[in-house]
Amino acid sequence: MTHNIYLYIFVMAAVTYLIRMLPLALSKKEITNQYIKSFLYYVPYACLAAMTFPAILYSTASLYSALAGLIIAIIAAYKGKSLLIVALAACIAVFLVERILPFLS
Amino acid sequence: MKTKDYRNGLRDGIPVALGYFAVSFAFGMEAATNGLSIIQAVLISLTNVTSAGQFSALGIIAAGGTYIEIALTQLVINLRYCLMSFSLAQKLDRSAANWHRYLMAYSVTDEIFALDASLNTPLTPKYHYGITSVAVPGWVLGTFVGAISGTLLPSFVISALGVAIYGMFLAIIIPPARQNRAILFVVLSAMGLSFLFSVLPLLKKVSSGFVIIIVTVVIAAIAAWLEPINDENNKGES
Repeated sequence: MTHNIYLYIFVMAAVTYLIRMLPLALSKKEITNQYIKSFLYYVPYACLAAMTFPAILYSTASLYSALAGLIIAIIAAYKGKSLLIVALAACIAVFLVERILPFLS
Repeated sequence: MKTKDYRNGLRDGIPVALGYFAVSFAFGMEAATNGLSIIQAVLISLTNVTSAGQFSALGIIAAGGTYIEIALTQLVINLRYCLMSFSLAQKLDRSAANWHRYLMAYSVTDEIFALDASLNTPLTPKYHYGITSVAVPGWVLGTFVGAISGTLLPSFVISALGVAIYGMFLAIIIPPARQNRAILFVVLSAMGLSFLFSVLPLLKKVSSGFVIIIVTVVIAAIAAWLEPINDENNKGES
């Protein structure tokens, strides 16, 4: 049985959209429950932290360049630099370390 | 004021677009390798805007899997957006018209959610649209270029750009973690737990989409119990 590729794409897009849309469309009231409010307050931090580590270690061509990117990003972010600066600093660190690595091994 | 929100969104969306370009470039290459046409690859990116979900779909499409299979995979991998949308629903500016919720839902991604959530003020739809207007073109363009040719961009550029999104995430979570010990606890324990999932024998088998959901729910639930926030929705003083 052959499948229609456009139907695949439609199914994917529909499922993904519904997951994103339903909570936004259905939860219109402001939540007053202190526990749920606190829970939702912490959700972004827990979620972003879980997505960043350890995934960042595998985001580049080598573990060493990724570590360099991670360290530089932490330092820049700790100093309160803007999103773009932190992201670029991490990219540059990765780039430089990958240029230097061949000479070390 | 409203145009300023849109412009801020455009500005903050630049690092997202850069990171997206690198990831979707790889997706475009992978799609072409799996026998998809350029138009199909671009269409997937335009209608889905989700990295892990799209990559996993390629395998199923190439293997001729069922529609149910692809629907379930997307559900599992993308379920984390449910949490994000729920969180954004609370943060959304109360004066925003209802229809914005249906339009904004299109681009609730890890990265765009990260920016929305990092605001200290209620979220205006304009800000979300501002980010979307640079990030989604980056995502679609990367797919297009990647599908045309995997050799157009040298690999060292792709490698360096790969770290951009994580750099951005760190830029969002570290400054508040510095000032609030409860957030610092959340960040460190979420990283630790997700690390455990990547190394421990049995836990390793859990798909990355589920790991994010489990870690987020567990850590946020513990933090909310130990360190409930104040009424003004301010940072819980600890």
